[in-house]
Amino acid sequence: MTDPAPNPAIAVGAATDDRAARSTRTRKRFAAERRFRFYGLAAVLTAFGFLILLLSTVIGNAIPAFTYNYAQLPVELTNEKLTPENAAEFDFRKTVHAAQLSLFPDISDRAGRRLVRGIFSSGTPIVVRGEVAANTDWIGTRQIIPVPVSDDADLYLKGLVDTDLPESQRNISDAEIALVDQLVERGLIERQFNTIFFTNGASREPEMAGIMGALIGSLLTLSITLLLSAPIGVLAAIYLEEFAPKNRLTDFIEVNINNLAAVPSIVFGLLGLAVFLNFMEFPRSAPLVGGMVLALMTLPTVIIASRAALRAVPPSIREAALGIGASRIQTVFHHVLPLAMPGILTGTIIGMAGALGETAPLLMIGMVAFVVDLPAAVTDPATVLPVQIYMWADFPEIGFQQKTAAAIVILLLFLIAMNAIAVWLRSRFERRW
Amino acid sequence: MNATTTQQTTPATTTIPSDPPVKMECRDLSVFYAEKQALNGVDLDIREKQVTALIGPSGCGKSTFLRCLNRMNDTVDIARVEGKVLLDGRDIYDPDVDVVELRADVGMVFQKPNPFPKSIYENVAYGPRIHGLARGKDEMDAIVEKSLKRAGLWKEVSDRLAEPGTGLSGGQQQRLCIARAIAVSPAVILMDEPCSALDPIATAIVEELIDELRQRYTIVIVTHSMQQAARVSQETAFFHLGNIVETGITDDIFTNPKDPRTESYISGRIG
Ligand SMILES: Nc1ncnc2c1ncn2[C@@H]1O[C@H](COP(=O)(O)OP(=O)(O)OP(=O)(O)O)[C@@H](O)[C@H]1O
Ligand SMILES: [Mg+2]
Repeated sequence: MTDPAPNPAIAVGAATDDRAARSTRTRKRFAAERRFRFYGLAAVLTAFGFLILLLSTVIGNAIPAFTYNYAQLPVELTNEKLTPENAAEFDFRKTVHAAQLSLFPDISDRAGRRLVRGIFSSGTPIVVRGEVAANTDWIGTRQIIPVPVSDDADLYLKGLVDTDLPESQRNISDAEIALVDQLVERGLIERQFNTIFFTNGASREPEMAGIMGALIGSLLTLSITLLLSAPIGVLAAIYLEEFAPKNRLTDFIEVNINNLAAVPSIVFGLLGLAVFLNFMEFPRSAPLVGGMVLALMTLPTVIIASRAALRAVPPSIREAALGIGASRIQTVFHHVLPLAMPGILTGTIIGMAGALGETAPLLMIGMVAFVVDLPAAVTDPATVLPVQIYMWADFPEIGFQQKTAAAIVILLLFLIAMNAIAVWLRSRFERRW
Repeated sequence: MNATTTQQTTPATTTIPSDPPVKMECRDLSVFYAEKQALNGVDLDIREKQVTALIGPSGCGKSTFLRCLNRMNDTVDIARVEGKVLLDGRDIYDPDVDVVELRADVGMVFQKPNPFPKSIYENVAYGPRIHGLARGKDEMDAIVEKSLKRAGLWKEVSDRLAEPGTGLSGGQQQRLCIARAIAVSPAVILMDEPCSALDPIATAIVEELIDELRQRYTIVIVTHSMQQAARVSQETAFFHLGNIVETGITDDIFTNPKDPRTESYISGRIG
């Protein structure tokens, strides 16, 4: 086209052809761009739709679990064996049963009594004991104490039981429903915020099972993971990126770190089982060991992300610092690391988020423990949120299905909180100039 | 071609009353990047309180040579340096020489302005701080002010020292980098094409500054501009393919080059 045209007529014709070809090309390009925009938008909308679907089902299932129905139970605390000193260990079963029956004076046969007990949570004596132990001045008086109803009664009260089904196909009988309805009519049922769910550890009874044990377990485990993987990972990245000579050995280490990042997490669980539990004899089911296993798992992620962040710092900054006589350590810690910090934080948080959702390696080291007491130290037996979800999802009681959804919501909130902290930290460290 | 012959030829045509003493001496300096040799045993004397210009076609080893003078090549893994570089008679490649001290003595200004992403004040104060040159805030303030004044930047930035150094114009940034280098009171300042990222006006300001700095510092400057070399330098070394082809008084080299390669480069035929 740039050749000088020998004949002006041909040149003009060529130019017209050229213009026509150009406009078809332009049209095609515009069409391609429009198509691409459409595909992209469609992909985003699909992904968004799935997200909404997921969140709405989970939250929809979870909402009932955040409240619970309590019955106002008039309890006579007049047993002469009950004293302020033994209130925390006192067996309240008899007292509670008497109180439950006192609500239905016209029932006196054995079957009826069993029916009455059945509409209350079997954990009622424990709830009453807790209340009395906290208020010892109640002893010798009569107190109205709100106690949880049974999980089936609760489901019925929340309208989650299909009463049109034949009696044999539901967990709550017509007779029980009649009793519950009677309590409702007398205004003795109150739906409250489900404090038990947020303060208790594990339990076989859905109405007594809480998320607190797993939440504390996750916090302890993640603290250990963060304490181990952040400093080790960042230091390893700094060494590899800024100080290590480039030779066969460091190449080998680099390849292996990349491979480790792709190792299935259950392998780290096996390693933890073999090394930390069997060889080093650390306690089973403990957040300490869980945190160590998860730290091993997140280390490659942290190292890779930190190295990328360090590499992204322009070499001119290093030269500037070295050029006025900063040592290599000063260069790294005064100039390179602060600039790499946002990237390092992002990588660390991604690693921690992965660790938070991890189940498989923790199953290997026994963090499926059924732990009623809240863990108080990193060596206490504990479980973590995803394992708790996994266990609850496995229980047949319908009450646990709501708990599962509620626990998932808690897990998501935990994740959002972590990310919020990351965003805040990043904006603090980020220097745009 | 080697330094001694140059020294013998200079007195005849010199415009300098008496030869200033030699500040840095390079003897048989070779640099290898892995297997590739970038400098082939060059010799050069750098005189005190003079501006020495390094000129030559691209890739001939000017930057490599410059970076030998404050051991910046140490930071390049594959680089290997052979030969001697004497600063005040002492070999800077001696094992017991501390590079940190050396780089405080031999400062560097880079091709692209590279201020730290910190305040203007902090940019200048960083060097004195890590070298413990100031006791207390007043002394530091004094050092910062003096350095910025010497770099000819004080008037423009005195009322916004807390603002980011990266927010200045290109020419101001380069003068900030010069101030940063001056702040640790070096004896020698190395400049690798300090004006190549600047417009003509900023270039003129920096050139004027270099001429003033000559009162206090020994300056080695790499430049691609013959006019710049002629304007700012007293001595010139012409590099070609890893060798120094010719050195001498700048006026001599530009008016009366001895080597045909120098002549064709200066007149624009190589490079
Ligand atoms: N880090 C490095 N690794 C490998 N080779 C290098 C490195 N730095 C420079 N070289 C090589 O050394 C030779 C000299 O390079 P140098 O940068 O000193 O040239 P220069 O004279 O400064 O060129 P220019 O005028 O383009 O800046 C070149 O052939 C270059 O390819
Ligand atoms: Mg160069």
